[in-house]
Amino acid sequence: MSSVAFARSSTEPAWVLPSRGRVGMISLIAAESAIFTIFVVAYIFYIGKSLSGPMPKDVLETPVSDTICLLSSSLTIHLAVRALRNAKIAMFGVWWFATMALGAIFLVGTGREWQRLIFDRGLTINTNLFGTTYYSLVGLHAFHVTAGLIGLAIVMIFTLLGKVKPEHSERADVFSLYWHFVDAVWVIVFTVVYVIGR
Amino acid sequence: MASETIALGVVDQDRRPISERLHDWVVTVDHKKLGILYILYALLFLVIGGIEATIMRIQLIVPNNHFVSPEVFNRMFTMHGTTMIFFVVMPILFGFGTYLVPLMIGTRDMAFPRLNALSFWLTAFGGLLLYYSFIGGNGLYGAGNAPDVGWFAYAPLTSRAFSRGHSTDFWTLGLLVSGIGTIGTAVNFITTILCMRCPGMTLGKMPLLAWLNLVMAGMVILAVSPLTAAQIMLSIDRYTGGHFFDTQAGGSAVLWMHFFWIFGHPEVYVLVIPAFAFASEIIPVFSRKPIFGYPVMVAATVCIGFVSLSVWAHHMFTVGMSSYANSFFTITTMAVGVPTGIKIFNWIGTMWGGKIQFRAPMLFCIGFLFQFLIAGLTGIMLAASPFNWQLGNSYFVVAHFHYVIVGGILFTLFGAFYYWFPKMSGRMYSETLAKWHFWLFLIGFHLTFDFMHIPGMLGMPRRIYTYEPGRGWDIWNLIVTIGVFFQIAGVVVFVGNLLWSLCKGETAGGDPWDAWTLEWSTTSPPPEYNFATIPVVESRRPLWDIKHPEDPDWKYE
Amino acid sequence: MKGKDKVPGMTRKLAPLALLIAGFLLVASLCFGAPESRAQIPNIFRPESTPADSIFRLSLLVLAVTGLIFLIVFGLLVYSVVKYRRRGADDGREPPQVYGSNQVELAWTVIPVLIVLVLFLATARVIHSIQDAPEPRGTIRVIAIGHQFWWEFRYPALGVVTANELHVPVSDPSHPSPTFLTLLSADTDHSFWVPRLAGKTDLIPNRVNHTWIDPHETGLYLGQCAQYCGTQHAKMLLRVYVDSQEQFEEWIEKQRMPAATDSGAEEGRRIFESTACVNCHAVSGAVTDGRFGPDLTHLMSRNTIASGAAPNTRENLRTWIRNPDAIKPGSLMPAMQLNDHDLDAVTAYLETLR
Repeated sequence: MSSVAFARSSTEPAWVLPSRGRVGMISLIAAESAIFTIFVVAYIFYIGKSLSGPMPKDVLETPVSDTICLLSSSLTIHLAVRALRNAKIAMFGVWWFATMALGAIFLVGTGREWQRLIFDRGLTINTNLFGTTYYSLVGLHAFHVTAGLIGLAIVMIFTLLGKVKPEHSERADVFSLYWHFVDAVWVIVFTVVYVIGR
Repeated sequence: MASETIALGVVDQDRRPISERLHDWVVTVDHKKLGILYILYALLFLVIGGIEATIMRIQLIVPNNHFVSPEVFNRMFTMHGTTMIFFVVMPILFGFGTYLVPLMIGTRDMAFPRLNALSFWLTAFGGLLLYYSFIGGNGLYGAGNAPDVGWFAYAPLTSRAFSRGHSTDFWTLGLLVSGIGTIGTAVNFITTILCMRCPGMTLGKMPLLAWLNLVMAGMVILAVSPLTAAQIMLSIDRYTGGHFFDTQAGGSAVLWMHFFWIFGHPEVYVLVIPAFAFASEIIPVFSRKPIFGYPVMVAATVCIGFVSLSVWAHHMFTVGMSSYANSFFTITTMAVGVPTGIKIFNWIGTMWGGKIQFRAPMLFCIGFLFQFLIAGLTGIMLAASPFNWQLGNSYFVVAHFHYVIVGGILFTLFGAFYYWFPKMSGRMYSETLAKWHFWLFLIGFHLTFDFMHIPGMLGMPRRIYTYEPGRGWDIWNLIVTIGVFFQIAGVVVFVGNLLWSLCKGETAGGDPWDAWTLEWSTTSPPPEYNFATIPVVESRRPLWDIKHPEDPDWKYE
Repeated sequence: MKGKDKVPGMTRKLAPLALLIAGFLLVASLCFGAPESRAQIPNIFRPESTPADSIFRLSLLVLAVTGLIFLIVFGLLVYSVVKYRRRGADDGREPPQVYGSNQVELAWTVIPVLIVLVLFLATARVIHSIQDAPEPRGTIRVIAIGHQFWWEFRYPALGVVTANELHVPVSDPSHPSPTFLTLLSADTDHSFWVPRLAGKTDLIPNRVNHTWIDPHETGLYLGQCAQYCGTQHAKMLLRVYVDSQEQFEEWIEKQRMPAATDSGAEEGRRIFESTACVNCHAVSGAVTDGRFGPDLTHLMSRNTIASGAAPNTRENLRTWIRNPDAIKPGSLMPAMQLNDHDLDAVTAYLETLR
């Protein structure tokens, strides 16, 4: 047998450490940011270096409405979390659904743009350097939006089943960090592809 | 202050059927079991990687040898490097970290136990995927086998044109999968260390092992992700006809190099910082003094973490960057040597004035200090860009990095094995066998890696399956190969020691080393819940405070 | 603590001895060696050209500084291990618990920073002196193109195309005639490394690199490709012949001449031109345009074939044509499946290409 004595005092101040979910999500966001940074660097490095084929200014159309949708979804998810914190489950459901809808509109818009680029303008991932970097960067972002939508959908299902309670607002807030990250990345991708790269 | 004595019972012998016990291991989310799984996985690959190295060294023992074909040799150096870095050193360090960090910070498990398990299994699967290439690598063109593009897989050698079949794809995908596992582990480490320390353990009172694993995890987050990104780009090139690294379409081979080394350099610090952590725990205990300059050690490590993100192109001094770029990377690389040197001085400062006991863990750490010093100095030589134009891509570099990884990291790992084996298994190892291990391995290490510097200085490049006689390289290659067999003998003794001690070693007890950090307050092995009651600490050495109530640490910190 | 605790006396005596022997061997290796072949050793510490020489001088400073650091730190390590070891007659008390010292930390931070500054300044000078060197009037310009697994050398101003063996004039410091090389690649990454003449510089596709040499002594300097480029990276060897001015000019004259036409080798030439040989190999004045393999116009002026993999003898040449894998397995030249008669004829033809 071994025994160990530890002193414990009842007069110590409360021992409070950051929330695990938040720190974990922030670490994940940091890692994802590093991945995106490399794709952005590659995009910027290859601006103007394509040897042939359609150039950005010839084929790109600025996706203004899709961008507005996606950035608004950051507002709606923020409102959703606030509603949940104030125990307004129904409002939470409404705002959460709005977030999903706006995200889905963005994805559909991306899909339609790609359809136009591929079939009308002949730009594919292997056409030239612009094609490769464009589809990779925008595609990586769209992949992250999709993953976010799946997460949103799962929470939506739990809400409809009545399982979501105000004490889950912290978790919803942590998830919303991911969604805000996806939107922030879009701001950068948009600037690099549609503003600088043109 | 209220005080409680907690009586801890001896852990019961597990008498369930073997199938149940194995199932337990497969589905476990307990950080201690996962840590041991990581370590065992890595030990298996250490043997495999060692066989690959031995094959290479036998081929190079004399010039124009025919032990293996050039194709096989090229696969050997690719697989040896990839295996040792991704499936030996990283898993084994994660294994020790996963096992020790919760115990040392006084908590019951990692922050995300299921993520912990997922990360391990992803890493394991990645390794199996890579090795499947030996049998499954025959691609559409019937060519290809294990990857043979070098562990850094430079473009355009990895393009479909120059790398037929699927061997490169196994490299890419195996590492992509295990890379995701690695990032998961890093997220877990950061969250655990920041959010689950026991009451009283502020960041300034954490054991250095926890601090260093925190810095390491931060670096993984920033460094492994670029590799993931580059591998996605390579896969896009190979599978969809993309042009990221396609020089015929205007793509840049140098871009791959930048992305790879932005990963590759911080990666080697990811490998060495946990090794520093082991030395920082072992040297104080066997010198019977606290670590010299704890705050400086923390600051130096954080400094290394940041500066090491800015040195990557010292792996690219020969690609024809401008003189300004070469100068920049020279100074940052030399600069990172300053905090590293400070750490060496602090370790010596810890030993200074102490009462050093030459048990196996300490012997290996002393070897580490000697060898890491030399490795750091050959690193300074390589940092001087023009000197690098001669020494780079030669056997001098191979000698340098093996000096760090084997002479530095593996030595502290052996020390860590012996130091924590009693805690993990409940039994003491054989000190006699451990000393045989030490001396055999030391002799073998120096025979191989000291003399390996010489052919590099005489013009022998790396990654060549054979070499011309008459260039002055023959005798050195012979000596280098002979050293390998001493190292093999050392490792055999090591594994034998572990196995024998598991069965026949004497009971270790909770605190065989009279040490001071929290893991030594549990039984050996610890119960699944680690601590009956979460401890409260007041200094960096909680057990010192208990053992020396008249002179506790918190009076001086 | 439990268990035995002593460093066996034998091992304590052996360790310093082992280190001493290792050190001696190390030093010996760099000073001595079989004398007749010493010249062939591509030793970076025996430079014969300004870039290699600048690097050598810098290396002496770096080695001196790092050597001094090693002696001091190693000395401290040995001292502490010996002086502060636990003795047999120990009283079991813990030694004084020292937590740190700000003055000491400051000292061993400031001193290394100063050392780094000094080393960096010395290094930066050499970087600029080598990379930003101007081209004097007597410069010979060569374009080196790396292939899997051979070297193409072109002298555009002199109208010469050759392979694998580079000829350059010796450079007299009073009238310098260095050789400046432009480095290109036809396929994947390579690296041009002739240690006694210069540090290595890579050849990277879609990128133009530069290097230069100004050899001070005539002779043959050995090197090889130093960036892994595929299966036969190991046999992509380099031979740099530093000729006197007269010898160099003579060599240039011979290289500029079109291929020798020897009537005795007609049959071989016919086979060469009608088989796939001409798809890869050029022979000036003949019906060939191939650039995938080395230019063979003056094949017999070279001492080796297959980029240094074998001496240029009739036997080796015949073996090479019959089955390149026999000499350099994995080389990109296919076995041409010629029968013995054709093989002899082609070999005879190639032997006329002086």
